[in-house]
Amino acid sequence: MATLTLNNVKKSFGKTDVIHGVSIDVEDGEFIVIVGPSGCGKSTLLRMVAGLETITDGEVQIGGRRVNEEEPMARDIAMVFQNYALYPHMSVFDNMAYGLKIAKVPRSEIEQRVAQAAKLLQLEPYLQRKPRELSGGQRQRVAMGRAIVRKPAVFLFDEPLSNLDAKLRVQMRLEIRALQRELGVTSLYVTHDQVEAMTMADRMIVMNGGVADQIGKPLEVYANPATEFVAGFIGSPPTNFITGDLLGRSSEIKLGVRPEHMRLAETGAMQARATYCEALGAETLVHLICEDGTQVTVRQDAAASFPEEGSLVGLEWDARHEMRFDASGRRC
Amino acid sequence: MEKRVKFKGIWLPLLLVLPQILITAIFFFYPAGQAIWQSLFIPDPFGLSMQWVGLGNFEYLLSDRYYRASFITTAVFSILVTVVSMGVALYLAILADRLIKGSGTYRTLLIWPYAVAPAVAGVLWLFMFNTRVGVVTWYLGLLGYDWNHVLNEGEAMGLVVVASAWGRISYNFLFFLAGLQAIPRSVIEAAAIDGAHFWTRFRTIVFPLLSPTTFFLLVVNIIYAFFETFGVIHTITSGGPQQATTILVYKVYSDGFVGQDLGSSAAQSVILLVIVSLLTVIQFKYIERRVHY
Repeated sequence: MATLTLNNVKKSFGKTDVIHGVSIDVEDGEFIVIVGPSGCGKSTLLRMVAGLETITDGEVQIGGRRVNEEEPMARDIAMVFQNYALYPHMSVFDNMAYGLKIAKVPRSEIEQRVAQAAKLLQLEPYLQRKPRELSGGQRQRVAMGRAIVRKPAVFLFDEPLSNLDAKLRVQMRLEIRALQRELGVTSLYVTHDQVEAMTMADRMIVMNGGVADQIGKPLEVYANPATEFVAGFIGSPPTNFITGDLLGRSSEIKLGVRPEHMRLAETGAMQARATYCEALGAETLVHLICEDGTQVTVRQDAAASFPEEGSLVGLEWDARHEMRFDASGRRC
Repeated sequence: MEKRVKFKGIWLPLLLVLPQILITAIFFFYPAGQAIWQSLFIPDPFGLSMQWVGLGNFEYLLSDRYYRASFITTAVFSILVTVVSMGVALYLAILADRLIKGSGTYRTLLIWPYAVAPAVAGVLWLFMFNTRVGVVTWYLGLLGYDWNHVLNEGEAMGLVVVASAWGRISYNFLFFLAGLQAIPRSVIEAAAIDGAHFWTRFRTIVFPLLSPTTFFLLVVNIIYAFFETFGVIHTITSGGPQQATTILVYKVYSDGFVGQDLGSSAAQSVILLVIVSLLTVIQFKYIERRVHY
């Protein structure tokens, strides 16, 4: 268990800069989620912490110790891969014991630690099986077990749930979080799924094109996004963006309003045509199209009446829910 | 799903498989039958008359000191060729697997020797190691080593092994490289994070995952060393000195066509036939159900 510090970490492949300087101080036991669309550099950042990619510039510290030049094995980390990366020719037990055997841990202690992890992950009946005889969720657990038994200072997760089906994903999400709380190990978790980021993170890093657009607690990021990208990426359905000239203001300014903050009204700040209504049971999503072709979504209570498709309705919202972005996408 | 075509009559399918059957019959069954038949006789050197001896040829062969020595020569030769060609190929494949730039060029260059016919490869190596004009012999002479594979049995064996293995390295290299590239990178990375250094990773992860490829190559290379190295041996040593490089296949030729003992030669062919069959059975038995991960 340890703190993790990234200090202006940069990465270039040849002349292409993929990470433009990310800094964060991760506290002991904190669960940090790095979220962003594919190609934003989030996995590269994680692999740099793991030591699988070199660090072009900046510094990575684990437990206050600079590890830039350390080999992966010397960094006291454990990593869970997207495809689990289990050793296919070894049993579940051997998979989990591999790192300990290399570290020359006594046999009795290996058995005890693996048994403990297996119990925690409900893998006890499967210890003698090969990975190919396990289901996706079980393989995921073995990968977790392999990380746990080594008792590392930092856990690294590289999209560990993206190969699972939706239901299992929700379940494993809770399990990983519960496990991390119980063990209290500092964790870095990469995902492209903003729901995972919202539900799991103590703090999250929203990455966009190699830049950390915003670092903060999930609800703070949601309520107060720093950039247009963050506002659009975090939250489902995404924030509605309306250019200023639709409302008779400066066209330089873009307005962002979350779907739940928009209301249908007789008249309002602007008019839009209803195109489709999605009744989800507890709530209804009303999709509308503005006169310049911008699509907006209004999230309203299922009890509220919704307009007929094709009809023209007014939209309104409170000024305090308005997020203003300048031409560069920053808040203003 | 497998799609099966159903024919109505018997004639069309028969016609379609006929070319294959004819070729097999003419070039395999007929000569094999001849060999078995002839192995029961001693013909005179001109082929004008034959004398029935039953299993006499086999009895004579199995009690022949030189024939039994040839078995050992073959075993030594095959094992050396297999180990050398697979070892070097694996080493090169590991190096090529780590390359990022220019791996295509290396691969192409390393595949070239495979296109060289064994006899040509033999001549090539013979020129390099020729006792009077060979380049390598000359340099070895400068170093104070007197290379003479025409007289020295060990040197003769070494030379035919190297020449035979050389052409084979390409083939093995291709399979090893494909095998290495089929191992997911993340598995190697996971092992690295688990604390395994290069050699430990190779021993505990890479080599076990490569074992189906290794086993396949092992069988294929042994069969190669047994039967397809005739050209190399014929051009370099002609089985000498003192039969030191006379492997079974070469002995069939030299006893039959040089020594004119056709009966014994035929009997040796039959023994080889049995060995091939055994090797093929082993190959099918194990390769067909080779480990799947």
